[in-house]
Amino acid sequence: MASRVSADADTFPKLLVRNARAFGERPAMRHKDLGIWQTWTWAQVLDEARAYAAGLHRLGVRRSDTVAIVGGNRPRLYWSVTAAQMLGAVPVPVYADAVADELAYVLAHADVRFAAVEDQEQVDKILSVSDRLPKLEKLVYDEPKGLRDYDHANLRAIDDVIADGRKALAEDGKLASWLDAEIAAGKGSDVSIILYTSGTTGQSKGVVLSAERCIAAAMDTVAFDRLNERDEALSYLPMAWVGDHYLNYAQQFVAAFCTACTETRDTAMADLREIGPTFFFAPPRIFEQMLTRVMIRMEDAGVLKRAMFRYFIGVARRYGEAILNGQPVPFAGRLLYALGLLLVYGPLKNVLGLSKVRVAYTAGEAIGPDLFSFYRSLGLNLKQLYGQTEAFLYVTAQPDGQIYADTVGPAMPNVDIRIADNGEVLFKSPGMFVSYFKDDLKTGETMTPDGYVKTGDAGFFDAKTGHLKIIDRAKDVGKLRDGTLFPPKYIENKLKFYPNIREAVAYGDGRDFVAVMINIDLTAVGSWAERNNVVYGSYQELAGHPLVYDMIAKNIEETNRSLAEDPVTAGAQVKRFLILHKELDADDGEVTRTQKVRRGFVAERYAPLIAALYDGSAEADISTEVTFEDGRKGSISARVKVRDVATVPVKPAMGKAA
Amino acid sequence: MRAPAASDIAAGEVLLSVEDVTLSFGGVVALRDVSFDIKKGEIRAIIGPNGAGKTSMLNVINGFYQPQKGSISFKGETRTKMRPYDAADGGIARTFQNVALFKGMSALDNILAGRTLKMKRGWFWQMLRIGPALTEEIEHRKRVEEIIDFLEIQAIRKVPVARLPYGLQKRVELGRALAMEPDLLLLDEPMAGMNLEEKEDMSRFIIDVNDHYGTTIALIEHDMGVVMDLSDRVVVLDHGVKIADATPDEVKKDQAVIDAYLGVAH
Repeated sequence: MASRVSADADTFPKLLVRNARAFGERPAMRHKDLGIWQTWTWAQVLDEARAYAAGLHRLGVRRSDTVAIVGGNRPRLYWSVTAAQMLGAVPVPVYADAVADELAYVLAHADVRFAAVEDQEQVDKILSVSDRLPKLEKLVYDEPKGLRDYDHANLRAIDDVIADGRKALAEDGKLASWLDAEIAAGKGSDVSIILYTSGTTGQSKGVVLSAERCIAAAMDTVAFDRLNERDEALSYLPMAWVGDHYLNYAQQFVAAFCTACTETRDTAMADLREIGPTFFFAPPRIFEQMLTRVMIRMEDAGVLKRAMFRYFIGVARRYGEAILNGQPVPFAGRLLYALGLLLVYGPLKNVLGLSKVRVAYTAGEAIGPDLFSFYRSLGLNLKQLYGQTEAFLYVTAQPDGQIYADTVGPAMPNVDIRIADNGEVLFKSPGMFVSYFKDDLKTGETMTPDGYVKTGDAGFFDAKTGHLKIIDRAKDVGKLRDGTLFPPKYIENKLKFYPNIREAVAYGDGRDFVAVMINIDLTAVGSWAERNNVVYGSYQELAGHPLVYDMIAKNIEETNRSLAEDPVTAGAQVKRFLILHKELDADDGEVTRTQKVRRGFVAERYAPLIAALYDGSAEADISTEVTFEDGRKGSISARVKVRDVATVPVKPAMGKAA
Repeated sequence: MRAPAASDIAAGEVLLSVEDVTLSFGGVVALRDVSFDIKKGEIRAIIGPNGAGKTSMLNVINGFYQPQKGSISFKGETRTKMRPYDAADGGIARTFQNVALFKGMSALDNILAGRTLKMKRGWFWQMLRIGPALTEEIEHRKRVEEIIDFLEIQAIRKVPVARLPYGLQKRVELGRALAMEPDLLLLDEPMAGMNLEEKEDMSRFIIDVNDHYGTTIALIEHDMGVVMDLSDRVVVLDHGVKIADATPDEVKKDQAVIDAYLGVAH
């Protein structure tokens, strides 16, 4: 498999040298600084990375050291990855919003000697846990603000390190040729990066990826979506997440396209509009937020605009997807759609920054069919993929023109998928991981003897299309007390498709019926409250409002009707629900950093509420500890109401199955 | 005529001193014989119960009110009468207790407005927007972008301030005051009505402004925790009279201050 990657391009530093030679004058990286987009060409990036690597070497970074990278998407942090790889050191990106404790765990577990961080916030966090990091020697930082008076014995600005390296390279010819030799000495089988999983289940694990496998995987997808050096992507998702490393680093180096870093974490949507990327990835929740924003602004628009929007969105719904998929569409439909493109879809995509997008992906969780087809009907080539860190992202992806909202597509080229007897999806792929860092036991548990990786997801191949369908985490699919199948995520996702519901947590395994806890979406419900003159002083008050309860109850009833349509899920209708008084938060450990709910933990934390859901009481008191962003703790207490919802009677099965 | 540059005054020396200031509105005496000084480079807090005369004091310092008695020396120049325009031109900037921004303008334009006094070209040149006027505008915009970066408000650069939450409006207001590159910055309750997180952010920005730009700051604040953490010295006013002037630790122990805040039986 690895033989597809040639020896002179089997590591990322070697690819950088190649790109600087082949596309030297083409843009490689952009970043908005003081309100102006700054651009570096491939030749400049190579120059910066070499100087940086020389500087790091002079600071003491050696082959196979680990270097932590903590911060937002900034050019110098991406160059930290490359510079470390040039020296044969292993970059370990860490989520920038991790609290000090999580950060300490990863840095200690990965034995990091050096850390490249964004700013004072990250420096403070690391210094606060330095007693747990005996191996950590030096910190380098990108943003000097506030750090002037710090003790600089073990602290350096990245700019200074680069300047120092550049000076040393200029003065010492031997150092320059040593660095070239060091880059050439890198092998495809070397560890390229260690990515820590977000830890949906317990402590996060370090996924070790090798250079040649990363590059082989990226080559497949670059070919699959025909990406090239003229493409442009926006980097705004956490650097520690496999998706960012794959899309904005591995694919960038292989295809030599340009990656633009957002100005700050909060400016992503404005930057998206300014950059107009051709390749775009976003988790479903971002697409959802974009749509919610559009809908809210449409509510405030004039009558004419609103009518026009409604009419042409209707036209798009009828013909848009068919046109995108290349299916036959009546001439009048095409004509109307063309008019809509001129008047509505074009300007709308322009406002969202999606005008130039050639390929867009979404993944991470299920996307609502309505949401998915909304974007596709506008002419956006949005597709779903399925993957995980252990696969270096891709397992399956939807090919152009074969899009079904409820499947994640067929296996990618060179990926082999097998469904285990218990329904679990197993795969073997070009990018698959080498091992979990310092955890052979877990590695052994995850790999089958014949070299397949267990995904932990239950799924099956759709008989009609041959595409993979994922239902739930294999271990999460449970049974009600009467034996009815209970797929919690399936129910939660159906609920989350309603704009008012931000998060839903379903319970039912080993119980008599299904009950859910709901988090309302403050933007959507808040805007509804404003339009309906509902007065509220806080999230808690809005969440407990009787009218909000009525609205959510209606959403759940609709969900029940849809669950009742399929005999397999008809028994899993929701009987009772409550609306939580606070948003589930990663700082409290209720959701992971990638916003996945930790169902078991939530159940423990809100035990009195779970009890109330099942003992028939109309309300329950709850007091919970909350953690603020700086790590301090406080507590919130509330009285939460519980409501019953109507279910659709399940018809007795028409005779026993043969 | 511009006041002498603050750079002539070394850090730690007196930048502004208030001597025997008395201010009254008809029969109501807002300030009575108040004297204190502000040293260059320090963060000076003015505290006191409601109606103690804190905001009146700031208004006297920046020339909005004319005291009946007493004088004010700023950068070595003594004066009894001054207009707010002269104060601003002389290097005194302020923020207000209730946000006073141009609501319909973007955050960027509001901060740019703080550069008005620094603009050398007249409105006609600016309207043409060519040659020197353009060069100057670019220079001003650069300064404003530095402030936006400093206050971490890039995401709201082009948002009309009326649409911003209160905490961010306060930050934009601080940005506008900073755009004047003041020698003395007067902050009137910069953290009123903020939640804990916003207060912490604002505290950090105040310390950073003082640290990074070396700006002398006088602030009025009710949150005692904030005052004690931020300020170098504290003046305490009660019913228009100065009752204490010391370091935060000393003020905390001062019986007169405790009485003023908690109230005593007369």
